Amino acid sequence: MATHSLQDMRQQASVAAKVFIQRDYTNGTVCHFQTKFPSELESRINKQQFEETVRTLNNLYAEAEKLGSQSYIEGCLACLTAYIIFLCMETHYEKVLKKIAKYIQEQNEKIYAPQGLLLTDPIERGLRVIEVTIFEERSLTR
Amino acid sequence: MKNCEYQQIDPQALPPATPNPPPPPRGPHGDRGEEPTAPRRKWQVFPGKNRFYCDGRIIVARQSGVLPLTLGLIIVTCGLFFIFDCPFLVKHLTSCIPVIGGLLFVFVVITLLQTSLTDPGILPRATPDEAADIEKQIDNTGNASYRPPPRTKEVLINQQVVKLKYCFTCKMFRPPRTSHCSLCDNCVERFDHHCPWVGNCVGKRNYRFFYTFIVSLSFLTAFIFGCVTTHLALRAQGGKGLMFALQESPGSAVELVVCFFSVWSILGLSGFHTYLVSSNLTTNEDIKGSWSGKSGEDVSNPYSHKNIFVNCCSVLCGPMPPSLIDRRGFLPADESVQTAAVDTELPTLATKSVP
Repeated sequence: MATHSLQDMRQQASVAAKVFIQRDYTNGTVCHFQTKFPSELESRINKQQFEETVRTLNNLYAEAEKLGSQSYIEGCLACLTAYIIFLCMETHYEKVLKKIAKYIQEQNEKIYAPQGLLLTDPIERGLRVIEVTIFEERSLTR
Repeated sequence: MKNCEYQQIDPQALPPATPNPPPPPRGPHGDRGEEPTAPRRKWQVFPGKNRFYCDGRIIVARQSGVLPLTLGLIIVTCGLFFIFDCPFLVKHLTSCIPVIGGLLFVFVVITLLQTSLTDPGILPRATPDEAADIEKQIDNTGNASYRPPPRTKEVLINQQVVKLKYCFTCKMFRPPRTSHCSLCDNCVERFDHHCPWVGNCVGKRNYRFFYTFIVSLSFLTAFIFGCVTTHLALRAQGGKGLMFALQESPGSAVELVVCFFSVWSILGLSGFHTYLVSSNLTTNEDIKGSWSGKSGEDVSNPYSHKNIFVNCCSVLCGPMPPSLIDRRGFLPADESVQTAAVDTELPTLATKSVP
Protein backbone atom coordinates (compact mmCIF):
# COMPACT_ATOMS: atom_id res chain seq x y z
CA MET A 1 0.00 0.00 0.00
CA ALA A 2 1.66 3.19 -1.13
CA THR A 3 0.79 6.09 1.05
CA HIS A 4 2.48 9.36 1.87
CA SER A 5 0.26 10.22 4.80
CA LEU A 6 2.46 11.00 7.80
CA GLN A 7 0.01 9.25 10.11
CA ASP A 8 0.20 5.98 8.17
CA MET A 9 3.96 6.15 7.95
CA ARG A 10 4.27 6.44 11.71
CA GLN A 11 2.09 3.39 12.17
CA GLN A 12 3.51 1.13 9.49
CA ALA A 13 7.23 1.90 9.45
CA SER A 14 9.53 1.15 12.35
CA VAL A 15 12.07 3.61 13.61
CA ALA A 16 15.64 2.87 12.55
CA ALA A 17 17.33 5.77 14.31
CA LYS A 18 16.87 9.28 15.61
CA VAL A 19 19.20 12.16 14.97
CA PHE A 20 19.21 15.23 17.20
CA ILE A 21 20.25 18.65 15.96
CA GLN A 22 21.43 20.54 19.03
CA ARG A 23 21.28 24.23 19.80
CA ASP A 24 24.07 26.59 18.84
CA TYR A 25 24.80 29.11 21.61
CA THR A 26 27.56 31.16 19.99
CA ASN A 27 25.25 34.16 19.69
CA GLY A 28 23.83 33.96 23.17
CA THR A 29 20.61 32.45 24.42
CA VAL A 30 18.58 33.13 21.25
CA CYS A 31 17.05 30.03 19.70
CA HIS A 32 19.46 28.94 16.97
CA PHE A 33 20.15 25.40 15.81
CA GLN A 34 23.42 24.02 14.47
CA THR A 35 23.47 23.87 10.70
CA LYS A 36 26.09 21.11 10.56
CA PHE A 37 24.78 18.26 8.39
CA PRO A 38 24.61 14.99 10.39
CA SER A 39 26.34 12.05 8.71
CA GLU A 40 23.43 9.67 9.36
CA LEU A 41 21.26 11.58 6.91
CA GLU A 42 23.75 11.49 4.06
CA SER A 43 22.05 8.60 2.33
CA ARG A 44 18.57 10.04 2.62
CA ILE A 45 18.57 13.73 1.92
CA ASN A 46 20.44 16.40 0.06
CA LYS A 47 22.80 18.42 2.27
CA GLN A 48 21.77 21.78 0.82
CA GLN A 49 18.10 20.98 1.30
CA PHE A 50 18.55 20.10 4.93
CA GLU A 51 20.71 23.11 5.69
CA GLU A 52 18.14 25.31 3.99
CA THR A 53 15.41 23.91 6.25
CA VAL A 54 17.44 24.52 9.40
CA ARG A 55 18.44 27.99 8.24
CA THR A 56 14.80 28.93 7.59
CA LEU A 57 13.85 27.66 11.03
CA ASN A 58 16.63 29.70 12.60
CA ASN A 59 15.43 32.80 10.78
CA LEU A 60 11.88 32.22 11.95
CA TYR A 61 12.98 31.85 15.57
CA ALA A 62 15.09 35.00 15.23
CA GLU A 63 11.99 36.80 13.99
CA ALA A 64 10.03 35.58 17.00
CA GLU A 65 12.65 36.78 19.47
CA LYS A 66 13.56 39.98 17.68
CA LEU A 67 13.95 43.05 19.86
CA GLY A 68 12.26 45.67 17.76
CA SER A 69 9.71 48.41 18.06
CA GLN A 70 6.83 45.97 17.82
CA SER A 71 8.00 43.88 20.77
CA TYR A 72 8.74 47.00 22.82
CA ILE A 73 5.26 48.41 22.19
CA GLU A 74 3.73 45.05 23.07
CA GLY A 75 5.83 44.89 26.24
CA CYS A 76 5.09 48.42 27.42
CA LEU A 77 1.38 48.07 26.75
CA ALA A 78 1.37 44.80 28.65
CA CYS A 79 3.12 46.42 31.61
CA LEU A 80 0.56 49.22 31.77
CA THR A 81 -2.29 46.73 31.92
CA ALA A 82 -0.52 44.68 34.64
CA TYR A 83 0.18 42.03 31.95
CA ILE A 84 -3.46 41.04 31.75
CA ILE A 85 -3.38 41.32 27.97
CA PHE A 86 -1.11 38.26 27.87
CA LEU A 87 -4.11 36.27 29.03
CA CYS A 88 -6.36 37.62 26.29
CA MET A 89 -4.14 38.23 23.28
CA GLU A 90 -1.91 35.95 21.29
CA THR A 91 1.65 37.24 21.52
CA HIS A 92 3.90 37.83 18.54
CA TYR A 93 6.02 34.84 19.59
CA GLU A 94 3.00 32.53 19.57
CA LYS A 95 2.01 33.74 16.11
CA VAL A 96 5.49 32.92 14.77
CA LEU A 97 5.39 29.50 16.47
CA LYS A 98 2.25 28.73 14.48
CA LYS A 99 4.06 29.74 11.30
CA ILE A 100 6.94 27.44 12.24
CA ALA A 101 4.58 24.52 12.87
CA LYS A 102 3.02 25.02 9.46
CA TYR A 103 6.43 25.25 7.78
CA ILE A 104 7.63 22.04 9.39
CA GLN A 105 4.50 20.20 8.37
CA GLU A 106 4.93 21.44 4.80
CA GLN A 107 8.56 20.36 4.70
CA ASN A 108 7.67 16.96 6.11
CA GLU A 109 4.96 16.37 3.54
CA LYS A 110 6.90 17.59 0.52
CA ILE A 111 10.50 16.64 1.19
CA TYR A 112 11.13 14.47 4.23
CA ALA A 113 8.31 11.95 4.31
CA PRO A 114 9.02 10.66 0.77
CA GLN A 115 12.56 9.91 1.95
CA GLY A 116 11.40 8.10 5.09
CA LEU A 117 12.30 10.93 7.46
CA LEU A 118 10.25 12.94 9.92
CA LEU A 119 11.09 16.28 11.52
CA THR A 120 9.67 16.94 14.97
CA ASP A 121 8.74 20.52 15.83
CA PRO A 122 11.38 21.71 18.36
CA ILE A 123 8.66 23.18 20.59
CA GLU A 124 7.61 19.61 21.43
CA ARG A 125 11.13 19.03 22.74
CA GLY A 126 11.32 22.23 24.75
CA LEU A 127 13.20 24.07 21.97
CA ARG A 128 16.28 22.00 22.84
CA VAL A 129 16.70 19.91 19.70
CA ILE A 130 15.34 19.28 16.23
CA GLU A 131 14.56 15.58 16.30
CA VAL A 132 14.84 13.80 12.95
CA THR A 133 13.34 10.33 12.97
CA ILE A 134 14.77 7.97 10.37
CA PHE A 135 12.36 5.22 9.39
CA GLU A 136 13.50 1.86 8.12
CA GLU A 137 13.88 1.47 4.39
CA ARG A 138 10.76 -0.38 3.29
CA SER A 139 9.49 -1.04 -0.17
CA LEU A 140 7.35 2.05 -0.07
CA THR A 141 6.64 2.76 -3.68
CA ARG A 142 6.49 6.39 -4.65
CA MET B 1 -3.29 -6.87 8.69
CA LYS B 2 -4.18 -7.51 12.33
CA ASN B 3 -0.78 -9.15 12.92
CA CYS B 4 0.94 -6.06 11.52
CA GLU B 5 -0.86 -3.87 14.05
CA TYR B 6 0.09 -5.92 17.10
CA GLN B 7 3.67 -6.19 15.97
CA GLN B 8 4.07 -2.44 16.25
CA ILE B 9 3.77 -2.55 20.02
CA ASP B 10 7.28 -3.95 20.10
CA PRO B 11 8.60 -5.23 23.45
CA GLN B 12 11.80 -3.33 22.69
CA ALA B 13 9.87 -0.12 22.30
CA LEU B 14 7.96 -0.46 25.58
CA PRO B 15 10.36 0.56 28.39
CA PRO B 16 11.86 3.76 26.89
CA ALA B 17 8.31 4.97 26.02
CA THR B 18 9.38 6.98 22.98
CA PRO B 19 6.71 9.58 22.35
CA ASN B 20 5.98 10.05 18.67
CA PRO B 21 4.85 13.43 17.43
CA PRO B 22 1.35 13.50 18.94
CA PRO B 23 -1.31 11.66 17.00
CA PRO B 24 -4.92 12.41 18.01
CA PRO B 25 -5.80 11.21 21.52
CA ARG B 26 -7.99 8.31 20.36
CA GLY B 27 -6.38 5.31 18.64
CA PRO B 28 -6.79 5.88 14.88
CA HIS B 29 -7.94 2.39 13.94
CA GLY B 30 -10.32 2.09 16.82
CA ASP B 31 -9.68 -1.58 17.50
CA ARG B 32 -6.39 -1.35 19.35
CA GLY B 33 -6.82 -3.74 22.24
CA GLU B 34 -7.66 -1.92 25.48
CA GLU B 35 -7.91 1.84 25.30
CA PRO B 36 -7.54 4.14 28.30
CA THR B 37 -10.80 5.49 29.66
CA ALA B 38 -9.95 9.17 29.08
CA PRO B 39 -6.98 10.85 27.37
CA ARG B 40 -4.61 12.21 30.00
CA ARG B 41 -3.07 15.63 29.90
CA LYS B 42 0.65 16.17 30.22
CA TRP B 43 0.43 18.01 33.54
CA GLN B 44 -0.86 14.84 35.17
CA VAL B 45 2.45 13.09 34.51
CA PHE B 46 4.71 16.09 35.06
CA PRO B 47 7.88 14.91 36.85
CA GLY B 48 8.75 18.11 38.75
CA LYS B 49 7.56 19.14 42.21
CA ASN B 50 4.73 21.38 41.11
CA ARG B 51 1.02 21.50 41.71
CA PHE B 52 -1.54 22.25 39.03
CA TYR B 53 -5.00 23.74 39.24
CA CYS B 54 -7.82 24.44 36.80
CA ASP B 55 -6.91 21.41 34.68
CA GLY B 56 -3.33 22.58 34.16
CA ARG B 57 -3.95 26.26 33.57
CA ILE B 58 -2.39 27.36 36.86
CA ILE B 59 1.02 26.13 38.07
CA VAL B 60 2.53 26.66 41.52
CA ALA B 61 5.55 25.28 43.33
CA ARG B 62 4.79 22.45 45.74
CA GLN B 63 5.74 24.54 48.75
CA SER B 64 3.78 27.76 48.66
CA GLY B 65 6.34 29.31 50.97
CA VAL B 66 5.01 32.40 52.62
CA LEU B 67 2.79 33.47 49.73
CA PRO B 68 -0.33 33.46 51.94
CA LEU B 69 1.54 35.70 54.39
CA THR B 70 2.58 38.10 51.62
CA LEU B 71 -0.96 38.31 50.28
CA GLY B 72 -2.37 38.60 53.76
CA LEU B 73 -0.05 41.43 54.75
CA ILE B 74 -0.81 43.39 51.60
CA ILE B 75 -4.59 42.93 51.83
CA VAL B 76 -4.80 43.64 55.56
CA THR B 77 -2.60 46.74 55.39
CA CYS B 78 -4.49 48.16 52.44
CA GLY B 79 -7.80 47.29 54.06
CA LEU B 80 -6.84 49.17 57.20
CA PHE B 81 -5.68 52.06 55.03
CA PHE B 82 -9.03 52.35 53.27
CA ILE B 83 -11.01 52.01 56.49
CA PHE B 84 -9.05 54.24 58.85
CA ASP B 85 -7.02 56.73 56.86
CA CYS B 86 -8.90 57.40 53.65
CA PRO B 87 -12.06 58.97 55.12
CA PHE B 88 -10.02 61.47 57.10
CA LEU B 89 -7.66 62.28 54.23
CA VAL B 90 -10.48 62.63 51.70
CA LYS B 91 -12.16 65.12 54.01
CA HIS B 92 -9.03 67.11 54.76
CA LEU B 93 -6.90 66.74 51.66
CA THR B 94 -8.07 65.31 48.38
CA SER B 95 -10.17 62.44 47.08
CA CYS B 96 -7.38 61.36 44.76
CA ILE B 97 -5.77 59.46 47.62
CA PRO B 98 -8.05 56.41 47.71
CA VAL B 99 -8.04 56.34 43.90
CA ILE B 100 -4.24 56.20 43.71
CA GLY B 101 -4.14 53.75 46.58
CA GLY B 102 -6.74 51.55 44.94
CA LEU B 103 -4.93 51.50 41.60
CA LEU B 104 -1.62 50.64 43.21
CA PHE B 105 -3.25 47.91 45.30
CA VAL B 106 -4.88 46.26 42.28
CA PHE B 107 -1.61 46.47 40.33
CA VAL B 108 0.36 44.90 43.17
CA VAL B 109 -2.05 42.01 43.69
CA ILE B 110 -2.33 41.22 40.00
CA THR B 111 1.42 41.20 39.42
CA LEU B 112 1.95 39.12 42.57
CA LEU B 113 -0.53 36.49 41.40
CA GLN B 114 1.01 36.47 37.94
CA THR B 115 4.48 35.94 39.40
CA SER B 116 3.25 33.07 41.56
CA LEU B 117 0.98 31.30 39.15
CA THR B 118 3.01 31.51 35.91
CA ASP B 119 5.43 28.93 34.60
CA PRO B 120 8.82 30.60 35.25
CA GLY B 121 10.45 29.04 32.21
CA ILE B 122 10.65 25.38 33.13
CA LEU B 123 12.57 23.21 30.69
CA PRO B 124 10.95 19.86 30.05
CA ARG B 125 13.20 16.89 30.80
CA ALA B 126 14.98 15.16 27.97
CA THR B 127 13.17 12.27 26.31
CA PRO B 128 14.85 8.87 26.70
CA ASP B 129 16.09 8.98 23.09
CA GLU B 130 17.71 12.38 23.58
CA ALA B 131 19.32 11.26 26.83
CA ALA B 132 20.72 8.16 25.15
CA ASP B 133 22.08 10.26 22.30
CA ILE B 134 23.87 12.61 24.69
CA GLU B 135 25.26 9.70 26.70
CA LYS B 136 26.63 8.21 23.50
CA GLN B 137 28.42 11.44 22.67
CA ILE B 138 30.00 11.77 26.10
CA ASP B 139 30.85 8.17 26.87
CA ASN B 140 33.54 7.65 24.22
CA THR B 141 35.18 4.76 26.03
CA GLY B 142 31.98 2.74 25.76
CA ASN B 143 32.35 1.73 29.39
CA ALA B 144 28.91 1.84 30.95
CA SER B 145 29.74 0.21 34.25
CA TYR B 146 30.68 3.30 36.23
CA ARG B 147 29.28 6.79 36.50
CA PRO B 148 31.56 9.28 34.76
CA PRO B 149 32.71 12.42 36.59
CA PRO B 150 30.44 15.50 36.43
CA ARG B 151 30.15 16.47 32.80
CA THR B 152 30.68 19.94 31.41
CA LYS B 153 30.74 21.28 27.92
CA GLU B 154 32.39 24.54 26.94
CA VAL B 155 30.86 26.87 24.42
CA LEU B 156 31.94 30.23 23.11
CA ILE B 157 29.28 32.88 23.54
CA ASN B 158 30.14 36.30 22.14
CA GLN B 159 33.84 35.49 22.48
CA GLN B 160 33.39 34.46 26.12
CA VAL B 161 33.97 30.90 27.31
CA VAL B 162 30.94 29.56 29.15
CA LYS B 163 30.75 26.15 30.83
CA LEU B 164 27.52 24.24 30.37
CA LYS B 165 26.83 21.71 33.09
CA TYR B 166 25.07 18.37 32.64
CA CYS B 167 21.91 18.00 34.71
CA PHE B 168 21.63 14.44 36.04
CA THR B 169 17.97 14.86 36.91
CA CYS B 170 16.81 16.27 33.60
CA LYS B 171 19.38 14.27 31.61
CA MET B 172 20.59 17.08 29.38
CA PHE B 173 23.19 19.80 29.17
CA ARG B 174 21.68 22.90 30.68
CA PRO B 175 21.47 25.82 28.25
CA PRO B 176 23.37 28.94 29.32
CA ARG B 177 21.83 30.82 32.27
CA THR B 178 19.68 27.83 33.15
CA SER B 179 19.81 26.40 36.64
CA HIS B 180 18.15 23.48 38.39
CA CYS B 181 15.94 24.50 41.30
CA SER B 182 16.07 21.82 43.99
CA LEU B 183 12.85 23.02 45.61
CA CYS B 184 10.83 22.66 42.43
CA ASP B 185 13.03 19.90 40.94
CA ASN B 186 13.03 21.58 37.53
CA CYS B 187 15.57 23.23 35.31
CA VAL B 188 14.47 26.84 34.87
CA GLU B 189 15.67 29.07 32.04
CA ARG B 190 17.40 32.32 33.00
CA PHE B 191 17.05 31.25 36.62
CA ASP B 192 17.08 34.23 38.95
CA HIS B 193 16.17 32.78 42.35
CA HIS B 194 13.43 30.83 44.13
CA CYS B 195 11.39 33.42 46.00
CA PRO B 196 9.62 32.09 49.11
CA TRP B 197 7.52 35.28 49.44
CA VAL B 198 6.04 34.58 46.06
CA GLY B 199 6.10 30.80 46.37
CA ASN B 200 7.63 30.19 42.95
CA CYS B 201 10.89 30.36 41.03
CA VAL B 202 11.67 33.62 39.27
CA GLY B 203 12.96 32.87 35.79
CA LYS B 204 12.79 33.94 32.19
CA ARG B 205 9.01 34.03 31.83
CA ASN B 206 7.98 35.70 35.06
CA TYR B 207 10.91 38.00 35.82
CA ARG B 208 9.12 41.01 34.39
CA PHE B 209 6.07 40.25 36.55
CA PHE B 210 8.31 39.95 39.60
CA TYR B 211 10.10 43.21 38.87
CA THR B 212 6.83 45.06 38.30
CA PHE B 213 5.53 43.56 41.53
CA ILE B 214 8.41 44.75 43.70
CA VAL B 215 8.54 48.20 42.10
CA SER B 216 4.81 48.77 42.47
CA LEU B 217 4.95 47.36 45.99
CA SER B 218 7.66 49.90 46.89
CA PHE B 219 5.44 52.67 45.57
CA LEU B 220 2.45 51.29 47.46
CA THR B 221 4.36 50.91 50.73
CA ALA B 222 5.91 54.37 50.45
CA PHE B 223 2.52 55.85 49.53
CA ILE B 224 0.73 54.27 52.49
CA PHE B 225 3.55 55.22 54.82
CA GLY B 226 3.38 58.81 53.63
CA CYS B 227 -0.41 58.98 53.90
CA VAL B 228 -0.48 57.46 57.38
CA THR B 229 2.19 59.86 58.61
CA THR B 230 0.28 62.81 57.17
CA HIS B 231 -2.94 61.54 58.69
CA LEU B 232 -1.44 61.14 62.15
CA ALA B 233 0.33 64.49 61.90
CA LEU B 234 -2.91 66.23 60.97
CA ARG B 235 -4.78 64.53 63.79
CA ALA B 236 -2.08 65.41 66.33
CA GLN B 237 -2.24 69.09 65.41
CA GLY B 238 -3.44 71.65 67.85
CA GLY B 239 -1.45 70.26 70.73
CA LYS B 240 -3.48 67.03 70.90
CA GLY B 241 -0.40 64.79 70.65
CA LEU B 242 0.51 61.59 68.85
CA MET B 243 -1.01 59.24 71.45
CA PHE B 244 -4.40 60.88 71.00
CA ALA B 245 -4.13 60.47 67.24
CA LEU B 246 -3.22 56.80 67.59
CA GLN B 247 -6.13 56.20 69.93
CA GLU B 248 -8.52 57.73 67.42
CA SER B 249 -7.15 55.62 64.60
CA PRO B 250 -5.66 52.38 65.92
CA GLY B 251 -5.42 50.79 62.49
CA SER B 252 -2.88 53.39 61.51
CA ALA B 253 -0.49 52.08 64.14
CA VAL B 254 -0.49 48.64 62.55
CA GLU B 255 0.03 50.13 59.10
CA LEU B 256 2.85 52.28 60.37
CA VAL B 257 4.73 49.34 61.80
CA VAL B 258 4.24 47.12 58.75
CA CYS B 259 5.18 49.83 56.29
CA PHE B 260 8.14 51.08 58.27
CA PHE B 261 9.78 47.66 58.37
CA SER B 262 8.95 46.64 54.84
CA VAL B 263 9.68 49.85 52.95
CA TRP B 264 13.44 49.60 53.47
CA SER B 265 13.78 45.98 52.41
CA ILE B 266 11.43 46.38 49.44
CA LEU B 267 13.11 49.58 48.27
CA GLY B 268 16.46 47.89 48.63
CA LEU B 269 15.29 44.88 46.65
CA SER B 270 13.87 47.10 43.90
CA GLY B 271 17.12 48.98 43.69
CA PHE B 272 19.11 45.75 43.50
CA HIS B 273 16.93 44.33 40.76
CA THR B 274 17.04 47.61 38.84
CA TYR B 275 20.81 47.25 38.83
CA LEU B 276 20.48 43.62 37.65
CA VAL B 277 18.07 44.58 34.88
CA SER B 278 20.27 47.40 33.62
CA SER B 279 23.29 45.11 33.38
CA ASN B 280 21.31 42.06 32.18
CA LEU B 281 22.39 39.88 35.09
CA THR B 282 20.53 37.37 37.18
CA THR B 283 20.65 37.14 40.98
CA ASN B 284 22.20 33.70 40.55
CA GLU B 285 25.06 35.06 38.41
CA ASP B 286 25.57 38.05 40.67
CA ILE B 287 25.85 35.91 43.80
CA LYS B 288 28.21 33.43 42.16
CA GLY B 289 30.25 36.27 40.67
CA SER B 290 30.25 34.60 37.27
CA TRP B 291 31.14 37.77 35.37
CA SER B 292 32.95 39.82 37.94
CA GLY B 293 36.42 38.62 36.98
CA LYS B 294 37.41 37.46 40.46
CA SER B 295 40.03 35.03 39.23
CA GLY B 296 41.87 37.78 37.41
CA GLU B 297 40.87 36.67 33.94
CA ASP B 298 39.26 39.01 31.51
CA VAL B 299 35.57 38.16 31.82
CA SER B 300 32.57 40.22 30.96
CA ASN B 301 28.88 39.44 30.77
CA PRO B 302 28.37 38.01 27.28
CA TYR B 303 24.60 38.52 27.41
CA SER B 304 24.69 42.25 28.06
CA HIS B 305 23.92 44.57 25.15
CA LYS B 306 26.46 47.05 26.60
CA ASN B 307 23.78 49.72 26.81
CA ILE B 308 21.64 50.28 29.91
CA PHE B 309 18.55 51.28 27.96
CA VAL B 310 18.74 48.30 25.60
CA ASN B 311 19.34 45.94 28.53
CA CYS B 312 16.28 47.24 30.35
CA CYS B 313 14.14 47.02 27.24
CA SER B 314 15.26 43.51 26.39
CA VAL B 315 14.65 42.17 29.89
CA LEU B 316 11.37 43.93 30.64
CA CYS B 317 9.81 44.63 27.26
CA GLY B 318 11.20 41.82 25.16
CA PRO B 319 8.95 39.24 23.46
CA MET B 320 7.16 36.97 25.90
CA PRO B 321 8.51 33.42 25.43
CA PRO B 322 5.95 30.60 25.42
CA SER B 323 5.66 27.95 28.08
CA LEU B 324 7.71 24.92 27.03
CA ILE B 325 6.01 22.33 29.16
CA ASP B 326 2.64 22.23 27.35
CA ARG B 327 0.68 21.46 30.49
CA ARG B 328 -2.69 21.07 28.82
CA GLY B 329 -1.53 19.02 25.87
CA PHE B 330 -2.73 15.44 25.64
CA LEU B 331 -0.36 12.53 26.10
CA PRO B 332 0.21 10.58 22.88
CA ALA B 333 -2.22 7.64 22.75
CA ASP B 334 0.48 4.97 22.51
CA GLU B 335 2.16 6.28 25.66
CA SER B 336 -1.10 6.13 27.61
CA VAL B 337 -1.81 2.64 26.27
CA GLN B 338 1.67 1.46 27.11
CA THR B 339 1.66 2.77 30.65
CA ALA B 340 -1.79 1.33 31.30
CA ALA B 341 -1.58 -1.98 29.50
CA VAL B 342 2.06 -3.08 29.83
CA ASP B 343 1.34 -6.01 32.14
CA THR B 344 -1.73 -7.33 30.41
CA GLU B 345 -0.66 -7.13 26.75
CA LEU B 346 2.71 -8.83 27.05
CA PRO B 347 1.50 -12.46 27.45
CA THR B 348 -0.81 -12.16 24.43
CA LEU B 349 2.03 -10.69 22.36
CA ALA B 350 4.17 -13.74 22.99
CA THR B 351 1.55 -15.99 21.45
CA LYS B 352 0.53 -13.61 18.64
CA SER B 353 3.98 -12.94 17.23
CA VAL B 354 4.85 -16.60 16.86
CA PRO B 355 3.15 -17.35 13.51
